[in-house]
Parts: sequence; structure tokens; C-alpha cells
Amino acid sequence: MHELSILEGMIQGIQEEARTQGFHRVLQVRLEVGRLAGADVEALRFAFEAASQDTLAEGALLEIIELPGKGVCRTCGHEVEIEQRFDLCPACGVGFVSVTGGTELRIKDIDVEGEG
Amino acid sequence: MCTTCGCGGTGATLDGHAHPNAQEPARIGRRRVSLEQNLLAKNNALAALNRQLCAARGWFMLNLVSSPGSGKTTLLEQTIQRLKDDVWVAVIEGDQQTSQDADRIKAAGAPAVQINTGKGCHLDAHLVGHALEVLNPPDGAVVMIENVGNLVCPAAFDLGEDHKVVILSVTEGEDKPLKYPDMFAASDLMLLNKVDLLPHLRYDVSRCLAFARRVNPDIQILQVSAQNGDGLDAWIGWIEARRAALQKA
Repeated sequence: MHELSILEGMIQGIQEEARTQGFHRVLQVRLEVGRLAGADVEALRFAFEAASQDTLAEGALLEIIELPGKGVCRTCGHEVEIEQRFDLCPACGVGFVSVTGGTELRIKDIDVEGEG
Repeated sequence: MCTTCGCGGTGATLDGHAHPNAQEPARIGRRRVSLEQNLLAKNNALAALNRQLCAARGWFMLNLVSSPGSGKTTLLEQTIQRLKDDVWVAVIEGDQQTSQDADRIKAAGAPAVQINTGKGCHLDAHLVGHALEVLNPPDGAVVMIENVGNLVCPAAFDLGEDHKVVILSVTEGEDKPLKYPDMFAASDLMLLNKVDLLPHLRYDVSRCLAFARRVNPDIQILQVSAQNGDGLDAWIGWIEARRAALQKA
């Protein structure tokens, strides 16, 4: 459940932003989460609810944009999309895939309310 | 809802108390703030500082990760025995509770600092940075971090180590690399431990190794027994070679 400590850190970051950017409430948070980022979407939702409690982000909408896993086949060289790290190359069916994308775990933007 | 006191919204009315925005709540300057930040940015920045400190002091730092009961602490004791005449070895112990592991390491002859993470399921770069301050070993030391026994969460947290080393024991399933792919993908070396037990088990080593390479085609693998010493020379050799490569770079 490392999702909780990651989102607690995110809420801290948002609180710092609130001080410098002058907002007092967060209405929506948009995250980008790669399929191979090692973070579970449902766990992130649960963790967000827990971490935002009694903060300026309590009750905010959490939108999670899922990004596909990407890689290059070590055997046939094709660029492919994969669901899991251990997927064999869907193009040739035998090659191991080196991951090139889908490990993102980012806060994209937040919608806020307040003078600023 | 009344923007003055928050009342209203239920249809109740009171003469002389208006709810001008009852239909559409006032939105005081709703706006979008673009952040575009890695959620692990803070940890990664602290890990980079740890890495700088290690480079400046010539410390070679390994992050040992595994599930509970894989034999990490026994392996560390044996590693300390074999290294301590040639190089200063210091250990950072991560556990949710107790200092039993740090006590075992100290008994084996290495300085150790225990981090209790409480509810935390992993070490992070911040905790390790402070542990390095406390340990402060001499220049050129080998620093071993024994992470919290957990094959999931520690994978996401860079501590500033030179290498992650994942330890898997043959009493666990052959398919662990597939079940916990992030950890095996993040590691440079896998130690398959407790191989002295193989005669008593139905365990297909080649299947396990194939699974590990499928998740991480570049992973190096050594088969060891911390109990009877099998393969430990190769493990010590790996540490010495990697350390030498670092000093040359």
C-alpha cells in the first residue's frame, strides 16, 4: 500500500502550492498513471480518499488517466503495447520486451477555487 | 447553498434571508493549475542527494529487497563475515518494528542503524539520508540497506543505491518474478537463496530463472545458500567487481 504514502506526499505538495498560488479548495485532481507504474488504480482511489481527509482536497474529484505500457521486442524489434511486464511480444509471440513507456506516475493538473 | 453561512439547499425559506445563488453555487474563480510533476519527484530528489553523498565519500550502496523470510539477514551476516577484513561494511536495517535485525548485524561485527517504519511498508530516500548521517562510515565503505520485507512497495522508491539486489528463496514459488514483476524489473541482481534445500523440494530452478529473465532480460542471477555458503564467493566477487568499476568511473 505504498499508494498511500505517495498520495500523502502529493497532498503535501498541493498544500504548498495553495500557499504560493493562493487557492483554498481543490475541486479536481488529474493523475496520469502508466500501466507499468506499479501503482494500482483502485488503491490510488482509496488512498486519495484517506490522504485528502481534513485537507483542502477533501471531496475533490480524482480523475485517473491511464497510459498504456510500451516496449520494444528484443527479438523482432517491433514497438509494441503490453499489459504487463512479462508479456511476450504480441508481434512475434516469442520475444522478451524491453519496457520503454507506461511507468508514468504524475500529477497533471488540479482545478482549484480561491482568489488568485 | 448560502454563501454567507452555508445554510440552505433544502428548499426551506425564511423571509428577509435571501439565497441569491441557491440554484447555482457561486464559484469563486475556479481555475486550473498545471503541475506536471512526477509523484515520486520529492523522493527521487532526495535519492539523488544520497547518491551524490555516496559518490563523494566513495561509499558503495546496495538496496537488498525481498519478501519476509527469504534469508536476507542471514545472508547479510555471512556477507559481513567475508568482507569485513578487506572493507568497512555498514548496514541500514529497515523493519516495521523491533531492532532484532540490527542487533544480529552488530553481533556479526558491522555498525548498523535500525529504522522502524511503523506502519510504513518501505524505506524512502529521506529515511535513508538520515540513516547515512547517523552511520557516517569512513570513505570507501560498503553500505548495505536491508529494506522492509515486501516485494511490492520498495520497488517504487529509489534510495540512492548503486544497485537493487532482489533475494528470492527456493521455498517461495517459482513464479514470484511474474507475480511481483516491478521488483525484479528494478533489480540488477537476483540471489536465489536456500539452494541447499533443493533436494527436499519440488522446485524447478530453470523455470524460476526463465521467469525472472522474462521480466528483466538484463538481470544477473546467482544461486546461493547463506546457510552452507554455496555460491557466496560469487556474490562477494560480484560486490568487489561492481565496487571496483565504480571507483574507476
